[in-house]
Amino acid sequence: MTDKLTPVLTKRWLSPNSWTLHTYEQLEGYTALPKALRAEPEQLVQLVKDSGLRGRGGAGFPAGVKWGFMPPNEDKPHYLVINADEGEPGTCKDIPLMMADPHSLIEGCVIASYAMRAHHCFIYVRGEVPHCIRRLNAAVREAYQAGYLGTNILGSGFDLDIVVHAGAGAYICGEETALLDSLEGRRGQPRLKPPFPAAAGLYGQPTTVNNVETIASVPYIVNGGSDWFRGMGTEKSPGPKIFSISGHVEKPGQYEAPLGTTLRELLELAGGMKDGIPLKFWTPGGSSTPLFTAEHLDVPLDFEGAAEAGSMLGTTALQIFNETVSVPWAVMKWTQFYEHESCGKCTPCREGTYWLAQILERMVDGRGTEEDIDTLLDVCDNVLGRSFCALGDGAVSPITSGIKYFKDEFLALCEQNRARNSEPALAGAGS
Amino acid sequence: MTAEAPEEAGTASDAVPLPADSPFGVDTTAKAQRIIALYPQSRSALLPLLHLVQSVQGFVSQQGVTFCANQLGLSTAEVSAVATFYTMYKRKPCGEHLVSVCTNTLCAVLGGDAIYGKLREHLGESGKPLGHEETAGTPGERGSITIEHAECLAACDFAPVLQVNYEYYDNQTPESAVELVDALRRGEKPAPTRGAPLTDFRTVEEQLAVGFDTDPEAVNGPSASAETVRGAQLATDRGWTAPTMPDDAALPPVPEKR
Repeated sequence: MTDKLTPVLTKRWLSPNSWTLHTYEQLEGYTALPKALRAEPEQLVQLVKDSGLRGRGGAGFPAGVKWGFMPPNEDKPHYLVINADEGEPGTCKDIPLMMADPHSLIEGCVIASYAMRAHHCFIYVRGEVPHCIRRLNAAVREAYQAGYLGTNILGSGFDLDIVVHAGAGAYICGEETALLDSLEGRRGQPRLKPPFPAAAGLYGQPTTVNNVETIASVPYIVNGGSDWFRGMGTEKSPGPKIFSISGHVEKPGQYEAPLGTTLRELLELAGGMKDGIPLKFWTPGGSSTPLFTAEHLDVPLDFEGAAEAGSMLGTTALQIFNETVSVPWAVMKWTQFYEHESCGKCTPCREGTYWLAQILERMVDGRGTEEDIDTLLDVCDNVLGRSFCALGDGAVSPITSGIKYFKDEFLALCEQNRARNSEPALAGAGS
Repeated sequence: MTAEAPEEAGTASDAVPLPADSPFGVDTTAKAQRIIALYPQSRSALLPLLHLVQSVQGFVSQQGVTFCANQLGLSTAEVSAVATFYTMYKRKPCGEHLVSVCTNTLCAVLGGDAIYGKLREHLGESGKPLGHEETAGTPGERGSITIEHAECLAACDFAPVLQVNYEYYDNQTPESAVELVDALRRGEKPAPTRGAPLTDFRTVEEQLAVGFDTDPEAVNGPSASAETVRGAQLATDRGWTAPTMPDDAALPPVPEKR
């Protein structure tokens, strides 16, 4: 049985000047790198496979398997691209990680690049976080000076350059192929898959795109081994995970706990619901993951548990809403977000989000009818699974789950509307 | 196919040389060249270059588009297509400061909508609230402020948040936000909750473009507020830890031929 909280990635954050190389080296930093560089790249891929580390960016794909898709030779240049375009509503784990402990990401980048025979690594950070970008750039500079980056790293003969690249404000660039297009200096629009990035990614060359938290976990796995990593979490979802708790709780913040922890346990750690007002609904992993309710307090928050209960683990961004919040209003706000961020490439998502937002705005404004609920579900059905990328699927999650659990609230809006519309007629009849 | 980028670049440019009095002088060109040198293919430098031209003029002007096109051997249409896709590239001159208020669902419910509404009213003139991407004061002059509503700023544990020139001001209220913009209009620069001392929109845009040049001093400043380290602190207080690592965990053997 592990402790309720298992700080691995977040442990160093408590140290003064935690972002400096000096602090990092004092706290076991860059000790995994020499060990990794003495190994064969295939051993590292196997290690990450054995650890069961799954992608922390939302999809949960096994990281070692993804690495294994990279060609075993170096006929072409290979690239590692870090997805640091954190923007999924509710998600706020990678930004604090990069601010507080940028070297853990950089050490992970060197190890992962070596394992995949990449000599160029790009960290694509959303543009709206300049302080994060300053810290990353400073850390990259320190790492070059200390010989952890550049040519012949630690005498191993391995070369790597890292470039920190600032995005420019587009949620869609969190989608890995849109991110690659953006990194190539284009509009951030997703590509058709296959080919997957491991076959044709950045500049059409073999590329792996990994999330910040995924790669920052790698040095610990190298040092601790796969059994140690599997000592936390569940069989199919091993390891610790940063749970970001926000909203109507007493103590919002970042809580690193084993995968499989429940909201009930996390809420207790976060001081409970704010002012004791009861929980109404929550997202397990950002707004693109279907809503949960108070019925789901004991769902184990791992990839399987969240899926079995009808949602997805996503980015473990737990947005907590109490009884005072209107579900149709919240769903409308999220839908406006997806409408704004739809890249416009495919028709179901571009048109679907546009009309969904209008219908929801009409309902919240008190001009909806029961038919609108059916129209919403019908449009959602034409977006889900029919869009070019996962943005469309994410966009319908709040709507379909909101109607599933809180249909009465949507109906009540329509009822109020009908009552209001019939008032003048009654008044007229009376005069 | 994306692999064709290098051939494509250099052939399509319709950009004409900028006039001698263009705001993009030798210094900007030198910075642009250093950015381009970072990438295996030059076009990858386009997003940073657009941040760079924005640092010169406070927005992406037609001249700025031409500058990028010239530097990268692209057509102005290709550059414009990219510039208009991304929220951070502004089509009109920005104020000294850009104030972005998160109005995504979670921030909105905790006060983000109220903050944005209050700022619009407060910065508006003769009863007309200031609109999205509109400026109070004269763009470029001291104390001028452009406001916008923003999507999730990835600081939800600090909700409601706003940013000034993309620096975080956490746990805001309508009152604190009004105080903040009043101070900005007086020419003051209240410190962000997390991050470096406040500068102005154009300085931050330059840092985004040529981050490798960032002043080492700007790296300091507070970062991990109470919310960030709550879990780690609680674990320390209660003596909770991750399992102890073995002294020398062996790596798996080299796998059999793949």
